Amino acid sequence: MSEKVLMKGNEAIAEAAIRAGCRHFFGYPITPQTEVAAYMARRMPKVDGLYLQAESEIAAINMVLGASAAGVRAMTSSSSPGIALKSEGLSYLAGCDLPALVVNVQRGGPGLGGIQPSQSDYFQATRGAGHGDFHLLVLAPNSIQEMVDLTYLAFELADRYRVTAMLLADGILGQMMEPVSLPDPAAADLPPKDWAVTGTGGKRLHNIVNSLYLKPEDLEATNLARYEKYAVIQRREARHEAFLLDDADIVVAAYGASARIAKNAILAARAEGIRAGLLRPVTLWPFPKAAFAQAAKTARAFVTVEMSMGQMIEDVELSVRCAKPVTLCSRVGGMVPAPEQILESIRQAAGGAK
Amino acid sequence: MQTVFEKTPGLTDAVLHYCPGCTHGIIHRLVAEVYTELGVSDRTIGVAPVGCAVMAYDYFNCDVVQAAHGRAPAVATGIKRARPDTVVFTYQGDGDLAAIGTAETIHAAARGENITVIFVNNAIYGMTGGQMAPTTMPGQITQTSPYGRDPAVAGYPLRMCELLATVDGAAYLERVSADSVKNIRAAKQAIRRAFECQLAGRGFALVEVLSTCPTNWGLEPVKALDWLRENMIPYYPLGVYKDSARDGKEAAQ
Repeated sequence: MSEKVLMKGNEAIAEAAIRAGCRHFFGYPITPQTEVAAYMARRMPKVDGLYLQAESEIAAINMVLGASAAGVRAMTSSSSPGIALKSEGLSYLAGCDLPALVVNVQRGGPGLGGIQPSQSDYFQATRGAGHGDFHLLVLAPNSIQEMVDLTYLAFELADRYRVTAMLLADGILGQMMEPVSLPDPAAADLPPKDWAVTGTGGKRLHNIVNSLYLKPEDLEATNLARYEKYAVIQRREARHEAFLLDDADIVVAAYGASARIAKNAILAARAEGIRAGLLRPVTLWPFPKAAFAQAAKTARAFVTVEMSMGQMIEDVELSVRCAKPVTLCSRVGGMVPAPEQILESIRQAAGGAK
Repeated sequence: MQTVFEKTPGLTDAVLHYCPGCTHGIIHRLVAEVYTELGVSDRTIGVAPVGCAVMAYDYFNCDVVQAAHGRAPAVATGIKRARPDTVVFTYQGDGDLAAIGTAETIHAAARGENITVIFVNNAIYGMTGGQMAPTTMPGQITQTSPYGRDPAVAGYPLRMCELLATVDGAAYLERVSADSVKNIRAAKQAIRRAFECQLAGRGFALVEVLSTCPTNWGLEPVKALDWLRENMIPYYPLGVYKDSARDGKEAAQ
């Protein structure tokens, strides 16, 4: 176990990626994620790695695609409007079944929006990452330690399943500092990248990395095969954290920074005699549906806490199949919900204001 | 019996999908002959564009990545930076390279990215059925310039070699034409020099090949070649626009 150091969230992601074996980072400046790029620019040359500043987010994601196609661990990082520009590349990465890591340190929108924290890219990450039928594997840390741990996990799962993983953080997590330990990632038994373009070496037929299938039968077959893989990921890789959940009447659903604030409100609710608990999705795709379905058996109501106009709430409602009421507690535009606001939402869900 | 000519092993046996009279087939052959004759086909990686040459991955007998429209230089950058010992080339049309991918083209050149770009300029979007391209000639009739390209509305064609010649990172730039045996032989020499530029680590090399599109120009193949000679070559003069090896020698003299 390595000793703890104090690190900013964005820098912790960068250091974790390097420790996970990533030596190819392609970036473009945008607030509030720029420290990822700056850290990479400083560290990569010291570890025989590459920081390359692209001319645009579009170019950066396509450089990631090229490096990944060549068989190395590659990543990029951006914030909400920049991720929108990467949509094209994300779709091609999916169509080519290429592993990669994309970090989104969310800020408020739409449009240029603002630079303060937000969670309004939930739909973008879990549903609208680009054209066509595909999913990103979306991991949502809520501490600097988890930014490290989930960066390790993201690279491992991306390589295991040949999918692109997104680390979905926000401006709070990106900018805050916490003590963190950076152990070497555990060795994983991963499949060989025998599909990569490396030059044939005169030893095999040429490899083709491609997403074009002009025969509809063929294109349908690739989609069906990809969704079989997604089904395996949904079965195996859904992750969540439960906090005071076993006896909870009111289940608060929140991820990322919102979940940290929600914990304070839950403790305050408990002090008032309301049995509240937290169900925190760690993976947003796959969404931990089973955990929510289980909680719905005993809970009276759900409250989702989001820095959005209500996006994750749709997955909560789908997971509990609308069997229990689900209400939304939200702030948007870079505003952050206060514990008192969340507490009031819990009180309402428990039967009205006191 | 003596074999006097055979298909290069740098191409697969797949049957090309190109229209009769199209010069893509010739340019494919030249590229494949060059990396084969240089002895690097086993470490060559191609990047196919979006456009008529999208299925180049089936024809080039080397590893190939198919890129999004215009992004081939960015994809090639990722490949080359990940595997510096490979030989990386892109094969792009004029819509791909000079419209939607202009930024990727210019910045790959500006970085001195050590890749080779084959730029096929036929003054039209072919795959989508013949629309106005960034290289369409003033007055040229296309599906989206049905009264002829009017510069007052649609602006002027881009001359990419001239534009890129101002970029320090560009090491080798030459415009050639696939309209005649003589020019095709010269085109092959240009492509060879562009690959040699990469092998020598000198940086970004681009060969623009003036090409025909008989189908979308609405001309018979031979008349299309005439049209290229009469209209394109005067606007897009052939020649070497930059050669860092030569220019370096001249500067030293």
